[in-house]
Amino acid sequence: MTKTTIKRRNKIQMFDVINVTLVFLITALMMYPLYFCVVASFSNPNQVALGRTLLWIQDFTLDIYKFVIEEEQLWIGYRNSIVYTILGTLWSLVLTIPAAYVLTKKYLPFRNIISWYFFLTMYVSGGMIPGYLLRKSLNLVDNPLVLIIDAGVSCYNMIVTRQYFSSNIPDALYEAAYIDGATEGQCFAKIAMPLAKPIIAVMALYYGVGNWNSYYTALIYIRDKNYFPLQLVLRNILINNQLALSNMDNLEAGAIEYLVYRARMAEGMKYAIVFIASAPLLIAYPFVQKYFAKGVMIGGVKG
Amino acid sequence: MTKKTKMKNLIKQLNRCKMLYLMILPAIVAVFIFHYIPLYGVQIAFKDYRSSLGIVGSEWVGLKHFKNFINYPYFGKIMINTLRINLLSLTTFPLPIIFSLMLNELRNEKFKKVCQMITYAPHFVSTVVVCSMVILFTNRNGLINIIIRALGGEVVDYMAVPEAFAPIYVISGLWSSLGWGTIIYMAALSGVSPELIDAARIDGAGRMQVVWHVQIPHIVPTVVTMFILQIGSLVGVGFEKVFALQNNLNMEASSVISTYTYQVGLIQHQFSYSSAIGLFNNFINVILILLANQISKKVAKVSLW
Repeated sequence: MTKTTIKRRNKIQMFDVINVTLVFLITALMMYPLYFCVVASFSNPNQVALGRTLLWIQDFTLDIYKFVIEEEQLWIGYRNSIVYTILGTLWSLVLTIPAAYVLTKKYLPFRNIISWYFFLTMYVSGGMIPGYLLRKSLNLVDNPLVLIIDAGVSCYNMIVTRQYFSSNIPDALYEAAYIDGATEGQCFAKIAMPLAKPIIAVMALYYGVGNWNSYYTALIYIRDKNYFPLQLVLRNILINNQLALSNMDNLEAGAIEYLVYRARMAEGMKYAIVFIASAPLLIAYPFVQKYFAKGVMIGGVKG
Repeated sequence: MTKKTKMKNLIKQLNRCKMLYLMILPAIVAVFIFHYIPLYGVQIAFKDYRSSLGIVGSEWVGLKHFKNFINYPYFGKIMINTLRINLLSLTTFPLPIIFSLMLNELRNEKFKKVCQMITYAPHFVSTVVVCSMVILFTNRNGLINIIIRALGGEVVDYMAVPEAFAPIYVISGLWSSLGWGTIIYMAALSGVSPELIDAARIDGAGRMQVVWHVQIPHIVPTVVTMFILQIGSLVGVGFEKVFALQNNLNMEASSVISTYTYQVGLIQHQFSYSSAIGLFNNFINVILILLANQISKKVAKVSLW
């Protein structure tokens, strides 16, 4: 081996060492906040406040979770969010998938106008108040239906879906079907739909995550606590400090000691709730990750 | 072709596409109701809206509400806050690009997959939860202050410091989006042909040089597109996150156009004034995105349309 090749190999290794180290550090840094919350939620709150739980659980305890289970509002929110997310996602899919399919048909009269009709909604909107007045006149204020039908069609998602249809299903396939006498409806149901499973999965996930994580619609349109979705309940508990702590009042202790304990416990509960609230998506996500990434890529091909 | 035969063809075509129109109709109706009717309602920005008179019946007042907004003593502050948060966000724009180049250079596929999976994850944590984590970490007993105390610094309640608001907003945003933001660049990078890289290697290019002269030029169009999109939202700050992080102590720095619209509209019920602010905001956004698009068309030959 000559000297130059040895030199180059060393240089390459240096590049890799630095790169791998940096990527590793960034990844660890990204993971740490959630890791810290999980550790803190299983530790004694006093130890957390003293900063002893930076790396691992101290004084393992499930007390925090016992209190969290008692927070009724949280579980009402959980139940509501599951219902809203499932129904809202279905509604969005029913609107988006056929519409996107239709927009791939080049021979459709007025196709461009219809595309622009959807496209414009990405850039101009009526804004908060005109939207509020409309929903009020439709009787959707303080009506849980608003959380299901409001997501409706996202133009971005429609473009992504359209892109998928036009780049993954060759026109020749439809043409052959037409010659055999298939109608447009049959083409959609028998040819496009079976081939569209990946994009339907991507869209279900996009809309689903959007529905699950949003609190804006509920903040503006819902007043009745029994209809609150999880995110709004979380906002009240985590940010506005409205924990019920109902069964903690039974504790017998000195007043000041009790107040400190209560405050620390409330803090610990927040860590636990952060964990509980994020867990469903974080657990489900590795299984569906490839679909998510696919969606972004299809959309990135330029809509 | 005469007009008549053209007309005939069109009718024939329309007839053939009946089913297709039926399939797209629900989406058209839904968008009409939830997007276009509110657009019609925007006229209340130029009126004095009274619920007893309705949208159409209320009295026209011209630009009164726009003038009121511009003359509002905190107008400048709100605009500056909005711009400050966005400009600071803009400085983090290169980071996902750099990170995707780093990920792309990893040779161990398994390690790469794991790193991608972990760094994408924060994208799925909701705004409310991200904001509560921020609040938990920055309070006096929180993680940040634990570390500061250990390093011998002074404990600060950051959520009560207006100057800290924009950095907190941007850093937590970076946590949410750094990994996810790489996907689009990774997709672009996967389009670099291996032959091109090999050719560069044979010509004696080092790893850094390959990245600089082969990979980066390849993703420039994607970078420009993403940049235009970001410029387009320069004047709008998403409502959800700012609102969740806002408190009375940091209000000075956290009052932005969207939260002000909410405050005067839904809390104080000044419907017309609030609509005017929303319209003003939308108008500037559209102008900015058109401008950015035009500039990039000229400079980089890349455009959204």
